[in-house]
Amino acid sequence: MHVTSPVREPLIQGGKTYADVTEDICRHVEGAPTKEWKIAFGISLLVLAYGSVCLAWTWWEGLGVWGLNKTVGWAWDITNFVWWVGIGHAGTLISAILLLFRQKWRTSINRAAEAMTIFAVICAASFILMHMGRPWMAYWALPLPNAFGSLWVNFNSPLVWDVFAISTYFSVSLVFWYIGLIPDLATIRDRATSKISRLMYGTFAMGWDGSAKTWSRYEYISLILAGLSTPLVLSVHTIVSMDFATSVIPGWHTTIFPPYFVAGAIFSGFAMVQNLMLITRVVYRLEDYITLEHIETMNKVITLTGSVVGVAYITEFFIAWYGGVEYEYYAFFNRMTGPYWWAYWAMMTCNVISPQLFWSRRLRRSITFTFFISVVVNIGMWFERFVIIVTSLHRDYLPSSWAMFSPTMFDIGDYIFSFGLFFTLFLLFSKYLPVVNMAEVKSVIRSTSAQLPAKIAGVAKVRQRGTAEPVFNSDKE
Amino acid sequence: MADLSGKYLVGVYDDDDTVLHAVPRLRKAGVKIKEVYSPFPIHGLDEALGHPRTRIGIAAFMFGVTGCITALTLMIWTMGIDWPMIIGGKDPISIPNYIPITFELTVLFTAFGMVITFFISNGLGPGTHFHPRFDVRSTDNKFVMAIDLGRNSMSEEEISRALKDSGAEEVNIKQF
Repeated sequence: MHVTSPVREPLIQGGKTYADVTEDICRHVEGAPTKEWKIAFGISLLVLAYGSVCLAWTWWEGLGVWGLNKTVGWAWDITNFVWWVGIGHAGTLISAILLLFRQKWRTSINRAAEAMTIFAVICAASFILMHMGRPWMAYWALPLPNAFGSLWVNFNSPLVWDVFAISTYFSVSLVFWYIGLIPDLATIRDRATSKISRLMYGTFAMGWDGSAKTWSRYEYISLILAGLSTPLVLSVHTIVSMDFATSVIPGWHTTIFPPYFVAGAIFSGFAMVQNLMLITRVVYRLEDYITLEHIETMNKVITLTGSVVGVAYITEFFIAWYGGVEYEYYAFFNRMTGPYWWAYWAMMTCNVISPQLFWSRRLRRSITFTFFISVVVNIGMWFERFVIIVTSLHRDYLPSSWAMFSPTMFDIGDYIFSFGLFFTLFLLFSKYLPVVNMAEVKSVIRSTSAQLPAKIAGVAKVRQRGTAEPVFNSDKE
Repeated sequence: MADLSGKYLVGVYDDDDTVLHAVPRLRKAGVKIKEVYSPFPIHGLDEALGHPRTRIGIAAFMFGVTGCITALTLMIWTMGIDWPMIIGGKDPISIPNYIPITFELTVLFTAFGMVITFFISNGLGPGTHFHPRFDVRSTDNKFVMAIDLGRNSMSEEEISRALKDSGAEEVNIKQF
């Protein structure tokens, strides 16, 4: 027995029927690309082309083209890597953790958020390849027999854990996303008019027919995949944080890193979801699917995780003082007042103060303000990683080797490459695949919206939806 | 896909609750239902149809155990047996350091094994691009019930009437 409170606003507005959902979402896949899409895609390709030239030169000439020196051996490469991986986490949170918590509002945004996850992890992986300097040796990170030119990899190293964590995370996310896509691909296949789209969507729909047996297995494996993805996503950023935390560098060697990194990842990821969804919802006219309620709920998550991050910053700072290790204390004092003070205060302002503005209901329901804060949060989270990496490294134990880092055009160009890659992939996704999970949205319409199709009134069961009384239906939950 | 040759009555419903309530009613009346096709999952429908509970979870567990054993074997053999080395003063075989990768490979094997099992058990594959056999609208907005006349003792008219009484808006005949 399932009770729907009449007070709660329906998740999907506009009194949509099942056919409306199909029509609203498929329209964008089936129509010719719009002028706006072509312009956006053209710009993305240009950005990608510029980035690719920078990247090609980085690989051709070697990592010397970056601003690294012998003191600061990690800078923008690892900053960008951690930033992109973190962004990816929101997609898995929405699709897996919110599925376990039975949060039905996820259905409107999980498809696009998961696509974002996959593309963000691709961008992150590109920085792993970049910072190797010799990407053709990338296979050395795999446990290959000694005859391949190296010893077995060191399984005690968090960097090797990372190889397994990121590749597992990427492939499991891809599979989870694809399983969710199959029913929608079948819907598009069955509506397709041209031979080529029938062939393409038909091939990827794998002959899906939507029988009750298939659906029950589908739901079962979705639940298990969600159950697997939840600890997986937490493990990924935990392991990323251990890349730092297991080394004996003041500023990195702290036990708070895993939870603090995971909260930061979800924080920045939700901000990126907001940015993407706010644009998509206007361009694709999805205001009935991604409503103000969705935006407000995501803003609440941003405030929560932003507060966790803020508490972590303060705890870390307190422990650096209270712990009594002078190197540790200096590392933190130097972050705040040293030559990179501006990065530290940019991080504090963007990540700790800005999300607190969402305590105001008016602000968290304002679309313009949400978009602005989401950009601010992503800038802040980029600075967080920059602060952790560069300010911890640039003044090491020997004052004679203290140095500063400044990026070259190739540091910047390689970062631009990842933006070009991300937006090119996201635009391709938003044109050729359904941006909203139609099957899941159809399954939440009835239990959450007040609409009553006239046709079924009087059939089998008397419905009383949309009345002031609590409504009971027999969905077995 | 399974062989579907035969003559079928196809009831088309407009609503998920209607079809969910129609199933036990029809079964009580003695109609044997082949399958129901819907654009989204309907909770309780597989139970109402009398489908056995899926055993895919057992398969998933087995794949997980395989992944776990594979990971531990790989790491213990390479680090401790094939080329033992002391790194950072740790034992050549130090299980706590192997936990992250063991976890990752357990998840990887479970996810892939389970999804491949899912494809095989449902007969899904990239070569099988066809429309739903009974009614193409079942991936859009209709709920389609297929009844194999060859397996029912009741007459076509009786079943057809029962379908209409249970709320079907159309009853069609399909022959393969």
